[in-house]
Order: sequence, then structure tokens, then C-alpha cells
Amino acid sequence: MVEILQNLVDGLGRGSIYALLALGVAVIFGVMHLLNFAHGEMITVSGYVALWSLDRGWSWYLVVPLILAASVLTSILIERIAFSRVRGADDFTLLLTSFGVHFVVSSLFILYVSASVQNFRGPGWIHDTFSIGSLKIEVFDATVIGVTVLTLLATTWLLQRTMFGLSLRAAAADFDTARLMGVKSDSVIRGAFVLSGFLAGIAGVFWLMRAGSTTPSGGTDPMLKGVLAALIGGLGSLRGAVLGGFALGLAEVLLRSWLPDGIANLTEGFVFAIIAIFFIFRPGGLITVAKAERV
Amino acid sequence: MLEVVGLTTKYGSISALREVSLSVGAGEVVGLIGPNGAGKTTLLGSIAGLLQPEAGTVTFEGIDTTGASPEKMLRAGLALVPEHRRIFTDMTVEENLKIGGVTRSAAERSESLIEMVELFPVLAKKWDIAAGFLSGGEAQQLAIARALMARPRLIMMDEPSLGLAPILVDLVFDLIDRLREKGTTTLIVEQNATRMLHASDRAYLLRSGVIVADGTGDELLARTDLFDTFVGG
Repeated sequence: MVEILQNLVDGLGRGSIYALLALGVAVIFGVMHLLNFAHGEMITVSGYVALWSLDRGWSWYLVVPLILAASVLTSILIERIAFSRVRGADDFTLLLTSFGVHFVVSSLFILYVSASVQNFRGPGWIHDTFSIGSLKIEVFDATVIGVTVLTLLATTWLLQRTMFGLSLRAAAADFDTARLMGVKSDSVIRGAFVLSGFLAGIAGVFWLMRAGSTTPSGGTDPMLKGVLAALIGGLGSLRGAVLGGFALGLAEVLLRSWLPDGIANLTEGFVFAIIAIFFIFRPGGLITVAKAERV
Repeated sequence: MLEVVGLTTKYGSISALREVSLSVGAGEVVGLIGPNGAGKTTLLGSIAGLLQPEAGTVTFEGIDTTGASPEKMLRAGLALVPEHRRIFTDMTVEENLKIGGVTRSAAERSESLIEMVELFPVLAKKWDIAAGFLSGGEAQQLAIARALMARPRLIMMDEPSLGLAPILVDLVFDLIDRLREKGTTTLIVEQNATRMLHASDRAYLLRSGVIVADGTGDELLARTDLFDTFVGG
């Protein structure tokens, strides 16, 4: 019983980060039909911002807002420089563009910074734990889960209660009709990139705290988790993306603890196999979205 | 108010509209009738900015708006109730209406929400329900109300009575009358030709992308020669 609860907490902690990443992927897919393989670049850039500022001896309390700012800025720049030029192109062109952005960003860091892994220190409390009964909880996991819940609540409020949120949802459901109502395509797409960059920033803070290092391809892993979780949830569904993130996190943690020791390091492979089987039965993901017409 | 001159719109190499010209004066209710595939929806789409015309001009309130984006046309004062309503089915009735007023201030929007409740009492009862659960008639009223939320000076409607029960068709035409009394200018595409001709000040008959006749409702109703070619009554 304790072990199950323990795994649940671990899985939710991991899943929280995936949920934030997947939500960002889903927001962009909703308004642009772009499956964004450059979603990890915000974390790649954030990694170097963290390295640079921690090397100067700055505190994590200062680094966190810097990472958030860097992530949002990177997201805006990628939209301006790359995606704004292929807006309205077919899905495959958009997909290739996002791959292109991914490779360009990591190549720039290899060329002008360093190809090797560079380490930085995590915050002092990263390995602290506290106990509830016989349950041992990492302060880190509790923080991740708490912040994620708050972020999801704030995002829900934004989407349900603000005109920007309504515009975003309307544009995701039917872009042409939203424009007929006066929703500006420019502002809604840029807003989506700001939101997705901010969500990636929060995920990035936790990802980097735990990783304690950065590489030119540091964003690849979080990007894959985010895209995968969004696919599991059902592309285009925001709720699905969040569910998909938690499901992926839980699956990873539970499998790792259930698999016999000898093959526990193959967890990733088992997770992919399970996902493959899942897609055979539910190709649309957990929550299936009616395909909006595209013109 | 709206002046369309020599408008040609193509899908690939096929001309859906060929040098169409029409005008709508302030306060008028103008009908656009014609058989399926005549290009009526294409014409409204080309005026509203959803489609880029090949040639010709669209002038709205004295300003050349040819090829302007839909969001610009809406801000200029022209709204389109699109074919098949296209309400946002996952959003509530209230949210749909709010999106209709996205270009206006929060205060103006609240004011218009109250107006819509008075104009369409049925929507008030479904206020917090996802619009996908509305009946056809309710959905059509929502689509029209959503467009009115922007306070357009010209409202274009694409087949507002399509798929509605006869009693609801009456309701749509009642509404058109009421909008006329309030001074809203209207351009309406209708497949219910006879009914439309009775309800409109003037009308255009479009066939195969070309305007083949125009005149007052009574004038066109008298021309049985035209009528038999595309509708039974």
C-alpha cells in the first residue's frame, strides 16, 4: 500500500512536468495544426541561461524568473523567425519546419558554445524529503505537483474567463469562423506561443533543477515527452494533453518499480511498447477531438 | 453602403463567380437567390474576406476593402453568419456570444449580451450549455445573435433557414423583419426563393456564377420565366 502511494507521488511529480509540456504542444497544435518538434528548444535555451547565471553565483530564486523569461522569449522568436513564414502551409511543411528549428538551435549551441555536457548546481533543497506516516515525499515532487496544479488552474481561468482564452479556443475549433467574428489571427497565434513558452518555462525550471546539466540537445528529451503525452491525450484536446502527461509519468514510474531488476533500465522501451499497443486500440488518443475543417 | 463591381473568384482554374456586380443600400434588405452551386456562398465569402477575388472591387461605406481579411471586414462593420452556422460547439452559448463581441469593450459586450437575451429568449434558457447541444433552430438563432454581438452595420446571412422546421423558418423571417425595423442592413442568401422575395426590398438572381436578373421582390416574382428554371415555387 505504501509502495503504491509512494509510486503514485513519484509518478505525479514526473507526470506534472510532462503535463505542462504536453499542454504547450496542444495549445500550438490547436491554433496552427503544428506538431511542434521545436517545443524543447525553450528548455535548451533555458539550460544555458541557467548555466550562465548560476556560474555567476546567482541564486535559483533569480534564475527561475530568468528561465521563464528566456523560455517565453525563445518561443516568441521561433514563431516570428520561422513559423510565421509558413502559416497556413500544409501540416507536413509545418512539421518539417519545426524539425528544422530544432536542429538549427542545437547546432548554434554546438558551434558557438560547446558540444559537451555542462553541469550546474541544483537548488539546495533538491534532495530534501519529508514524511507523512511511512510515506517519504521529496520536497521537489511536492513542489512540482503544487506548482503544476496552480499553473493548470491559472491556465484554465485564462482559457475560460478571458477574451484571449475564448479567442484561442474559438480559433482552435474553427479558425475561419473565429476570424469572421473579428479574432485577429496574428494576436491569437502569438498569444498561443507566449502561453506555450511560459508553460515550457515552468516545466523547464523543474527539468533543469533535476537534471543539473545542459547540452545543445537538452531540449530533445522533454520535447519528446511533451509530444508523446499530447498524442496519448488526443492531439488538439487540452484536457487530454494534461491527462496524457500524468498517464505517461505514472506509467514510467510504475513500470520501473514493477519490472524485475535486470530489465528495469529498459523501462523506456516498455513504455513505448505499451503506448504502441494503446494507439492500436485508440488511434485518436484518450480524448478524441472532432476534426475542424481547414481551408 | 456595399458596392461590388466586376467580382471574379476562382477555385483553381474554375471561375465560381464571373464579373458579379451588386449593391446594397443603407437600411435595405437584399436577397441573393439561385440554385445550388450558383456561387452564392462564394460571393459572400469573397465580400467577407474568406476568399481572395481574382478581379473586381468590393467597396464598403466608400472604402475599398477588396481582399481585406475577415477580421478587418468585421471591424469595418460587416458581419457574416456563415453557411451551416458554424457555431463553436464545445463552447457555451454565453461564450459563443462573447466571441461575437470580441472586438468591443467589456461594457459594450455586457450591454449587447442583455440585448441578445431580449431578442432571443430561447438562448437565455441554454446560457451555460455547450452550443453543440442546441437544436437546429436554437443554433441558428445563436449564429445570428453571435454576429449581431459585433453591432455590424451590414449583416450577411448564408441560408439562415436551411434545415429548419417550417415554424422556425417563420421565426428567421420574423427576425429579418425586426432587424429591418431596427435599421440593420441585410444581405441574405436563401434557397427559399419565394419567401425571400417577399421579405426583401430587392433581390439578385445568381446562376452559374453570373447575375442573371435583379429587381425588387415583386418585379422578380412576376417573372415566372426565370423562376421555373430553378425552383418549383
